[in-house]
Amino acid sequence: MDKFILKYFNLIRTIIAVAIGITISVFIIYVMSETPGLTLRTFLLGPFLSKSRVANIIESASPVIFCGLAIAVAFQAEQFNIGAEGALFIGATVGTAFAVSTHLPIFIHIPLTLLVAGIVGACWSFIPGILKAKWEASELISSLMLNYVAYFLGLYLINYHFRDKGAGYLVSYKLPETAWLNQFIGGTRIHWGIILSLTFAFLVYYFLYHTTLGYEIRTTGFNLRFAKFGGINVFKIIILSQVISGFIAGLGGMTEVMGIHRRFNWQLSPGYGWDGIVVAIIGRNHPLLIIVASLFLSYLSIGGQVLNLLTDIPSEIIVVIQSIIILLITAEAFLSQWKYRITVREAAKKEVAYEPTS
Amino acid sequence: MSPLLRSILSPEFGFAVLRVMTPLLFAALGVAISEMAGSINIALEGIMLVSAFTGVVVSAYTGSLVIALLAGLIAGIILAAMLGYFHLKLKADIILAAIALNMFASGITIFLTFIFAHDKGTTSSLRSLVFPDIHIPVIKSIPILGEILSGHNILTYGALLAVALYYIIIFKTPLGLRIRAVGQNPDAAESVGIDVNRIKLYALLLSGFFGAFGGLYLAMGYVSWFARDMTAGRGFIAIAITTLGGYLPIGTFLASLLFGTVNALAIYIASLQIPSEFVSLIPYLVTVIVLAVYSVQARRKKARKPTKAKEAV
Repeated sequence: MDKFILKYFNLIRTIIAVAIGITISVFIIYVMSETPGLTLRTFLLGPFLSKSRVANIIESASPVIFCGLAIAVAFQAEQFNIGAEGALFIGATVGTAFAVSTHLPIFIHIPLTLLVAGIVGACWSFIPGILKAKWEASELISSLMLNYVAYFLGLYLINYHFRDKGAGYLVSYKLPETAWLNQFIGGTRIHWGIILSLTFAFLVYYFLYHTTLGYEIRTTGFNLRFAKFGGINVFKIIILSQVISGFIAGLGGMTEVMGIHRRFNWQLSPGYGWDGIVVAIIGRNHPLLIIVASLFLSYLSIGGQVLNLLTDIPSEIIVVIQSIIILLITAEAFLSQWKYRITVREAAKKEVAYEPTS
Repeated sequence: MSPLLRSILSPEFGFAVLRVMTPLLFAALGVAISEMAGSINIALEGIMLVSAFTGVVVSAYTGSLVIALLAGLIAGIILAAMLGYFHLKLKADIILAAIALNMFASGITIFLTFIFAHDKGTTSSLRSLVFPDIHIPVIKSIPILGEILSGHNILTYGALLAVALYYIIIFKTPLGLRIRAVGQNPDAAESVGIDVNRIKLYALLLSGFFGAFGGLYLAMGYVSWFARDMTAGRGFIAIAITTLGGYLPIGTFLASLLFGTVNALAIYIASLQIPSEFVSLIPYLVTVIVLAVYSVQARRKKARKPTKAKEAV
């Protein structure tokens, strides 16, 4: 048992953090709601109660996976570039503009639109990257500020140049059908973007853990000085990690437009970039764990939506849960005493075992 | 003279600058004092939110400004204490913990806004109080200066006093000396018996104290209600301000003044025929530009120093 705990300590710790977060929310619901039993059932089981809701979980996990991967690549290089939200927004707006104003056969239109969105996102993230690599300007602040700039710039682009005036509110023209990502399961909106996000997760995993460049990114993140002495071009890595991050985010935003809405319709910044930070932390920057974390997160947020619709508790409760979970996971000393005790016990056992031979 | 230029050169513009600068200055002082102790606090966004919300709700229910002020301050300081607890005691990365706390603050305030005001956007259905405006007797009657400096919300003057308070804390008290010592070299500070974590915690609590005023001003001076995410990135802009101001009282004040001017300009430009999106993005874009220019300068200075040292030898 002890060995098992030691081996999977991080995982167990994450699960405990999640459990605590949910427990606290259950407590809050119990205090706040007039019908706590119903509310709790709606919240925890609601997402599974119909086919369309289960599909919703999968649909809404897709952009979160993209953003989680984007954040993870930057975080692995210890770059606090939290500009996934901005890269996603600007990528999706320019991508929409491109898709709407071009007429191409489907097998070129789809990849080209995705590529445009990705490249725009990459260029966007290049700004904090170069500022950091060249002049040590905090990428945290610049990427954050650029999120706001991207939001307003994107809105301007849609509002003044690609707005569908026939619609009653601020949306772009509908994308031509050649730029649609097919929804391939009847009765749901599950589209090819989800397959793409999973593919990307495996690609990023392979990139980070099985290529030289990925190794250099992780080494730079682990110890910048060591990386420098080891002959790694840290300048390049700092920029590259953020550019890749922006590319993934921009592309991810576009899949959402092409697969779900088929036109640009975000009046508010959708917040996937922030969800990306959450899943990157829960998944410990590991691309495959990020898939799991994203599914979990969208389970929570669908639960929140159902809660909003059917009960007296607003959906923001899930933001509270998320933040508690992140706090506990990032708190390195959380449960470390427990781990220490088990390690000591294990070591003592080994000592006893060795004694007869000595 | 164009109408825009005329309105910018008017005393009203100077008045607007001070008005817009107030929350930025409070937040910047909050960032600066934690930065002095060597820990970057990006949770000012959350601190301001909880204080703003608490102030509004408490004032609506008690009808007392003093109690609302105290409650708002306590709320802000509690959030700062949570950051301190998770960072210093539980060894969480301070940036990630602060991101989480900002999320927490945003979520919990919207959640409670709905509970108290039955609306997810604002608390405008609550009858909350505002801090009073003050007309300064003598200055009021000076022609232009009076129009700029007099008639502000009491917290705007509070912000100016807070700069002085910050100066006194940092340079004139034993605590300030310790804060600076810890910020400059924690190991050296520890070697002379300073409890580094405790000093860092005090700095964070003071950070919450300053930030709380900023939040209170936003909801009970700038406007008279709480709106979701009403801080709109001011807590982050504050970080850029302090970077620019070098964490020093006067520097922080001048940098806040600069950002206040930019923000006020953005409001004034809105009267022109420019898409509102462009106007809205100005403060954020300027922050990036200022940060970039500052970093280039700082880097150049750094690069120049060693050669000078060589010459001296």
